[in-house]
Amino acid sequence: MALNRREFLKLSAAGMGGALCPASGDAVMREPKQLSPDAVGMLYDSTLCIGCKACVSACKQANGMPPEAAGQLEPMWDTPLETSGSTLNVIKLYQNGTADHKDQEIDGYAFMKRHCLHCVDPSCVSACPVSAMTKDPVTGIVEHHADRCIGCRYCVYSCPFGIPKYEYDDPFGQIQKCQFCAHLQAEGKVPACCDVCPTGASLFGRVADLKQEAQRRLEKQPGDNYLFPRGELGAGRPGHEATIPTYLREVYGEKQLGGTQILYMSAVPFDKLGLPTNVPDFGYPAISEGIQHMLYKWMLAPALVLAGLVYVVKRNLDRGHDEQHKTPERDSGKGQS
Amino acid sequence: MSTHAPIGGKLLTKPFLILSLLFMLALAILLARFIFGLGAVTNINDGYPWGIWIVIDVMIGTALGCAGYAVALLVYLFNRGEYHPLMRSALMAGLFGYTLAGIAVIFDLGRYWQFYTLLLPWYVQLNSVMLEVAWCVMAYVVVLWIEFTPAFLERFGLENLRGKLSKVLFFFIALGILLPTMHQSSLGTMAVVAGHQISPLWQTQLLPPLFLISALLMGYAIVPFESILASMGLRQPLETHLLAKISGVALLVTLLYLALRFGDLLWRGALDLAFAGDTDAVMFWIENLLFILPVLLLAQRRWRIRPRLVFISAISLLLAGSIYRLNVYIIGYHPTAGGNWFYFPSVPEIMVTVGIFSFEVILYLLFVKNLPVLHRA
Repeated sequence: MALNRREFLKLSAAGMGGALCPASGDAVMREPKQLSPDAVGMLYDSTLCIGCKACVSACKQANGMPPEAAGQLEPMWDTPLETSGSTLNVIKLYQNGTADHKDQEIDGYAFMKRHCLHCVDPSCVSACPVSAMTKDPVTGIVEHHADRCIGCRYCVYSCPFGIPKYEYDDPFGQIQKCQFCAHLQAEGKVPACCDVCPTGASLFGRVADLKQEAQRRLEKQPGDNYLFPRGELGAGRPGHEATIPTYLREVYGEKQLGGTQILYMSAVPFDKLGLPTNVPDFGYPAISEGIQHMLYKWMLAPALVLAGLVYVVKRNLDRGHDEQHKTPERDSGKGQS
Repeated sequence: MSTHAPIGGKLLTKPFLILSLLFMLALAILLARFIFGLGAVTNINDGYPWGIWIVIDVMIGTALGCAGYAVALLVYLFNRGEYHPLMRSALMAGLFGYTLAGIAVIFDLGRYWQFYTLLLPWYVQLNSVMLEVAWCVMAYVVVLWIEFTPAFLERFGLENLRGKLSKVLFFFIALGILLPTMHQSSLGTMAVVAGHQISPLWQTQLLPPLFLISALLMGYAIVPFESILASMGLRQPLETHLLAKISGVALLVTLLYLALRFGDLLWRGALDLAFAGDTDAVMFWIENLLFILPVLLLAQRRWRIRPRLVFISAISLLLAGSIYRLNVYIIGYHPTAGGNWFYFPSVPEIMVTVGIFSFEVILYLLFVKNLPVLHRA
């Protein structure tokens, strides 16, 4: 018996024991993912956004999404409140107190555009069991492929930004999320929301270039004149001349959760605009995959444990056969009815 | 040769008919689900994409099905032959728990007709914890049916086949220990990727061992729970001595669980959230007091031979493990998706869960009355 326990402890060390150790923190983390040098993205500058929602309308048109008459007694306008199975992007309003001044935290208001952030280390891609969420190795676009999706909604559950949505009212519903107009980009065009944005609040470009653009804006003094590019960075469209606002000194998406390809600039704190700010500098898949890889790399640990189990079980079964004939009633106990 | 025997008796009793009605009601609701979509029947939404069909029917359902796993660990790994009389009924609990959980997943899948992509090598995504759980649970359902086959072969007098099967059974018994170890811990790992969306009261890298140990506990608890119910409802002899022993095992495992759970909370400095006075804190204490109660009730050996205390402890552990899973995946989950999301299951949603568990009891009655499952001293 003692021998069995010792063997069991050895088995534990090989397999289960691994799962008991990750208290040591970063020991189980897998390497963080790196941004592709040719990754494309968007710089959304909340201070430039006037809330016209041309981007919402253009997105629906480009992606064939139906209107949503949320909160209306009789449908009159397309008024999505959140991203949903019918809405891939949405402009949201932050409001405080008297809401007198734009881009002011207290007694002010600000606009915010929400859609997929195309994470550098996306949780949805890590979670999906059937590769229905993929990340393009070059452009970095996180794309959904409904043709293989089983509808488990683990992507919905795991996304740290709450982006993928399922069509609950359709018996054959599917997951919907911003695909960064991959179909338009394939034709050399710009994502619809950036294409129509009148102020350059949504600006398309290479992530590396967009980061430089954000830096240029941060280096200016509030009140300075600045020519804000429109549509696509460096494509030569006429810009939008305006003054530099009092930016937060940080660009959201440069490091949060391992980085995102959609970058945000704002004058109002990002958590007020609905972005999670109390988050690590690595994506959560770095931990969950770290645990999985430690336990299941090459299926080595499970194979070892199985070999040990087969040996012990076989021996105990053979022994048990002999004992069963000797003392069958010893163990069964006298029943009380 | 066998020490197990069918208990016989009339099948069409009043409880059996009530359970059948509940099951048929669930089938009718499921028909509506497949015609009109998930939203027509359930309250799951853009903020809470997982409801009780996943957390109760699958996560709690399989944990309740860990009886076969928990007892197999004792009998076959630690060579405690004295627990063998409990083995077959424990195995059967696993058989139903897992088979029905596997079927229940289909009801919740939004694109169930593409379920087969889980098996296509060019689609599988090996980093997915969900994939590991899916494969592992599917494999374990097969293993459970193979492990349970001797009961059928005995019933129909196929001793020759039974002899042949018993020569290779050791391999399936070993697999039957490995597979639940893998997927019950992975059911915990599945929540890790949700990150900050789950309260620090539950979000930890120790989710895999905590899920594994609590599943084991639920497995040990279901054995006395089922035995005592069978002794009351079906007038079966009660093996008090054996239940006292297995309660002792449950006590030790509970202590291990609590040490790990609270050690982790202290280590991460998250315990102050337990005194925040909000819903999370209340649910945290309900969950953990239900884990602590059995420790008090089973502390002394002479208490462990009292069926009442053993029964209360078992129910307490089953509730504790179940609420732990609900807390991790629903109560402690605060979606970052914008908007004020709220989830409480709809009545039809609840009735489907009730129907599935009713079907489990129907199968139990069908099996114990007709197959050699329960032990005869």
